[in-house]
Amino acid sequence: MLLIRCPYCGERPEVEFHCGGEAHIARPDTPAEMTDADWASFLYYRTNPKGLHAERWVHNHGCGRWFNALRDTVTDAFVQTYEMGAPRPDAGNASSTATKAA
Amino acid sequence: MLEVNLARRTPAIRPAAVASAGPIRIAPETGEGRLSFRAKAKALGGREDVAGFAVDGAINSRKSDGDTASLRLGPDEWLFICPEGDIDDAMSAIERAMDGAAHSLVDVSHRDVTFTVSGQNADAVINAGCPLDLSLDRFPVGTASRTVFGKSDIVLARVGHHDFRVTTWRSFAPYVHGLLLDAAKDYAG
Repeated sequence: MLLIRCPYCGERPEVEFHCGGEAHIARPDTPAEMTDADWASFLYYRTNPKGLHAERWVHNHGCGRWFNALRDTVTDAFVQTYEMGAPRPDAGNASSTATKAA
Repeated sequence: MLEVNLARRTPAIRPAAVASAGPIRIAPETGEGRLSFRAKAKALGGREDVAGFAVDGAINSRKSDGDTASLRLGPDEWLFICPEGDIDDAMSAIERAMDGAAHSLVDVSHRDVTFTVSGQNADAVINAGCPLDLSLDRFPVGTASRTVFGKSDIVLARVGHHDFRVTTWRSFAPYVHGLLLDAAKDYAG
């Protein structure tokens, strides 16, 4: 089973979590002043990378808190998890908290 | 005088106390009152307890004191347990202790049903539906956490080496009870 490290609860089984899509997407301050194309870009367009991807996850069958995770979309390995509001970490020095599929 | 509690309480659903055939005891707890308490660290101001309920425990820990207990389920969420008859007094005491600081306090006594699961192999019975590692070094006595059991959301607390409490919503209770009894058949006789 894949273990995910919740920043509050530690390593917990994958079935307790739910993914909430890409992280670090700020809602525009003044949507009324945006063009339709820019608004559509904010709403629907995501990076969909091959490799490291910052995602929002919620530990809904646990502490109930949202957090961000850096996941490799190729290997499905969670490289790092971090609290909401924290900047995206540099993946290069994140290996010490790596969580691997067990 | 103003009647404080206008809601008429009907008895919580209490499934029949079916004892499993084997050495594992699975029985609904009766007479247990539960309070859902939420407050940010700023509102708590570093205090160790609120009206006798500990709020200084680690996340996913259970602290008990006599017939009351405090389960910390998240950074700002606790489940307080006390005898059902003491609920109104406890709520008043907590309101006074918080003294206007932002918090949420809800009586969830009748929302939940708690089962005792105790006896040798009680951990294996719970692991029939729960993916957590329940070995003593990963889930020691005094641990409590929300998790899953089969298809149901539960709050699992370990009060002794072979003694667990499984708390679930009352509409899930027949399912959880049935799955526990079914899992316990492996250890019958």
